[in-house]
Amino acid sequence: MATAPDVEALADPLEAFRVHAREWLAANFPPSLRGKDNAMSAVEGPTELSDEEAAWKHAMGEKGWGVPAWPKEYGGGGLSRAEVRVLHEEMARIGAWNPIGGMGVMMFGPTLLEYGTEEQKREHIPPIARGEIRWCQGYSEPGAGSDLASLQTFAEDAGDHYVVNGQKTWTSGGQWADKCFMLVRTDKTKKHEGITFLLVDMDAPGVEVKPIRLISGSSPFCETFFTDVKVPKANRVGEEGQGWTIGKRLLQHERTSLSGGGSSAGRFFAGTPLSELAKHYVGTDEGGRIADADLRMRIVRHEMDLRAFMATLRRAAMEAKAGQGPSATSSIMKNVGARITQERAELALEIMGMAGLGWEGEGFTPEELAQTRGWLFGKAVSIYGGSTEIQNNVIAKRILGMLDHQ
Amino acid sequence: MAVLTEEQTMLRDMAREWVDNEAPVTAFRRMRDAAPAERYDSGAWRAQAEMGWPGILVPEALGGVGMGYVSLGLVLEQLGRNLTASPLAATAAATSAILIGGSEAQQTEWLPRIAAGEVVATLAIDEEPRFAPDRITTEAAGGRVTGTKEFVAEGDGAALFVVATTDGLWLVPEGEGVTRSARQMVDSRSHAQVRFDGAAGERLAGSDELPTRVTDRAAAATCAEMLGMAEAAFEKTNEYLKTRVQFGQPLSTFQALQHRMAKQFTELELTRSVVEAALEAIEADRPDVPQAVSLAKAVAGETLHLISRETVQLHGGIGMTDEHDAGFYLKRARVLEAQWGNAAWHRERFARLNGY
Ligand SMILES: Cc1cc2nc3c(=O)[nH]c(=O)nc-3n(C[C@H](O)[C@H](O)[C@H](O)COP(=O)(O)OP(=O)(O)OC[C@H]3O[C@@H](n4cnc5c(N)ncnc54)[C@H](O)[C@@H]3O)c2cc1C
Repeated sequence: MATAPDVEALADPLEAFRVHAREWLAANFPPSLRGKDNAMSAVEGPTELSDEEAAWKHAMGEKGWGVPAWPKEYGGGGLSRAEVRVLHEEMARIGAWNPIGGMGVMMFGPTLLEYGTEEQKREHIPPIARGEIRWCQGYSEPGAGSDLASLQTFAEDAGDHYVVNGQKTWTSGGQWADKCFMLVRTDKTKKHEGITFLLVDMDAPGVEVKPIRLISGSSPFCETFFTDVKVPKANRVGEEGQGWTIGKRLLQHERTSLSGGGSSAGRFFAGTPLSELAKHYVGTDEGGRIADADLRMRIVRHEMDLRAFMATLRRAAMEAKAGQGPSATSSIMKNVGARITQERAELALEIMGMAGLGWEGEGFTPEELAQTRGWLFGKAVSIYGGSTEIQNNVIAKRILGMLDHQ
Repeated sequence: MAVLTEEQTMLRDMAREWVDNEAPVTAFRRMRDAAPAERYDSGAWRAQAEMGWPGILVPEALGGVGMGYVSLGLVLEQLGRNLTASPLAATAAATSAILIGGSEAQQTEWLPRIAAGEVVATLAIDEEPRFAPDRITTEAAGGRVTGTKEFVAEGDGAALFVVATTDGLWLVPEGEGVTRSARQMVDSRSHAQVRFDGAAGERLAGSDELPTRVTDRAAAATCAEMLGMAEAAFEKTNEYLKTRVQFGQPLSTFQALQHRMAKQFTELELTRSVVEAALEAIEADRPDVPQAVSLAKAVAGETLHLISRETVQLHGGIGMTDEHDAGFYLKRARVLEAQWGNAAWHRERFARLNGY
């Protein structure tokens, strides 16, 4: 009797995959790393990996499961959507996390798979899949933020290469990156059609980065200067002047992953539930309820908002037809995800009172100090990746068909 | 704007001028980077004392100018505008306690020195990270005070503490039995832990209501600072939107942003009314002070919360950088929102006071 379900399970290819995933994870994920994923790692830059972490990363890289849906021929896992879901379920079951991430995984890889040449994919995708290389995004400029298409960094045609001059800003991880995917202007007479998508080595002569400090105290991004930087034409993705289309596609991938709808789903909302935090810091009344009634109701409202968001993410995932990329609803998800992230941080801070406002030194637990910094850094989620206001414009114009008044 | 006397108008204008010329936000930034032990610029404090500010509440006979709470609020509002790190609010709150509960001897001992700016004083009430004046465990017996106070504003530089104990408020000067440990907080201001270990003190007289009367006055002073901050942060955003060009036009031309600014301005107007009303109620010593203060603190808390978030958001990436001032307002805002009861705390009290 006991073996009967297993035989049946193996007859179903998906269940067979589940068994395989479960066995492979058990053999490769060290239980000591359970839940030890560092959510701030993307912001704080590279950290020294322990032997266990390095081995886990290596195993996932070789298996291609860090990017499970990418084609096998470029180092991905080659899994179907259903298999990816099973993999995530099995990983969640044992507290395993994906050690391979960053901008290469979230946005550049999917874009290159769609628009790159065969040589470009063979060159750039496998190192991303193995987590060996860091990419940064060279889009924004001091005068081109929300209005990205007004960028001025110029790439001059010099035969077999371009010569790039200009300045980018807010380049996340620029000081740690190996390579940069960037938008440059190749034609000054046209706005959108004059933009080209280039790949640049960060250690190329003429590239200079200057870290910028944030209100949270960390310096996760840079001003990036390009002075006569030579970029081979082989590093152009798509045709000259086609960069806007490719660049926008990449932004859709960025939004999707930032909303929590991508590979990092749920990551932003992990941690102690607010209700528990409140019971600890605020205390309870005789009935066992959070002592502050007003706060209690606002925690409930937040929790319901979060659940509605998660339900919507699930519904969107189910509705998405196989092979379809991110859609315009990614704008809605990005905004809701940003709102929830920020509301959670504000509520946590209110719950903790003065203890949630420590900066450094004595008198605060490491969790309390992390809370303060996280709250401050979190103010960026409604600004980067297309601000809340810009997403609302996209929703109004592209989904609702409302007209621009200009 | 409340209807001000000529004297008050002069005081306000002088304070505004001094703050703009001598204490711009860059002065706060310098103080933050230098991080002196007391967490304010002592030279600037001397200048404030020369203008008579620490003596605003102190009667003329005791070396002050005896102008009252509305005047105090006018000055604190200006200090709040530029985030001036000043022990004035804390000192004024302690001054209230001595004025209301102090004996003649206590008043003559401390108030002249406070008015002259020689003694920085503060309230030491909270024993937890959240305002909970009904959960005090600090004890006083035989002229000795024992207990630990958390997050004492200006606790690093204060020479005199008004300490809440299970036996009312006590005056405890720095000295033997008083130990302070700095707490480095997000607003870069002073919030020390202060331990009283059998420290010598004197009880302030007055009814059981003294602690509440004092914390209400402290809350109202905080509201004035919050009002100034909200107003200045709002003005900076408004200026920025008029100059920052995206899509070929200033951001201020986008209606989505215009309405957001209109909303903030509306809230600011409501806030000014309730903050001024609370200060007036205190000045007139009206019986509805608790209600007026809870109304003001709740409304000011919500407004500053909104505006400090919008300031960062509407500045975009630049507002996220340490180099820009937006973050300073955001950081100070949350501390003042939490001090002397946050909006939720005051809504709850307002409900109780009104019998809901
Ligand atoms: C932490 C962080 C990391 C970042 N990382 C990167 C990176 O790696 N690479 C990169 O290229 N960029 C990066 N950015 C830049 C980010 O994409 C820009 O900050 C963003 O596009 C906004 O541009 P801006 O800062 O110039 O703000 P602005 O465009 O000046 O906007 C200011 C305010 O006006 C609003 N606004 C602008 N236009 C409109 C409109 N038409 N209607 C209504 N409201 C409007 C905005 O929403 C915002 O609130 C990062 C930013 C941050 C904060």
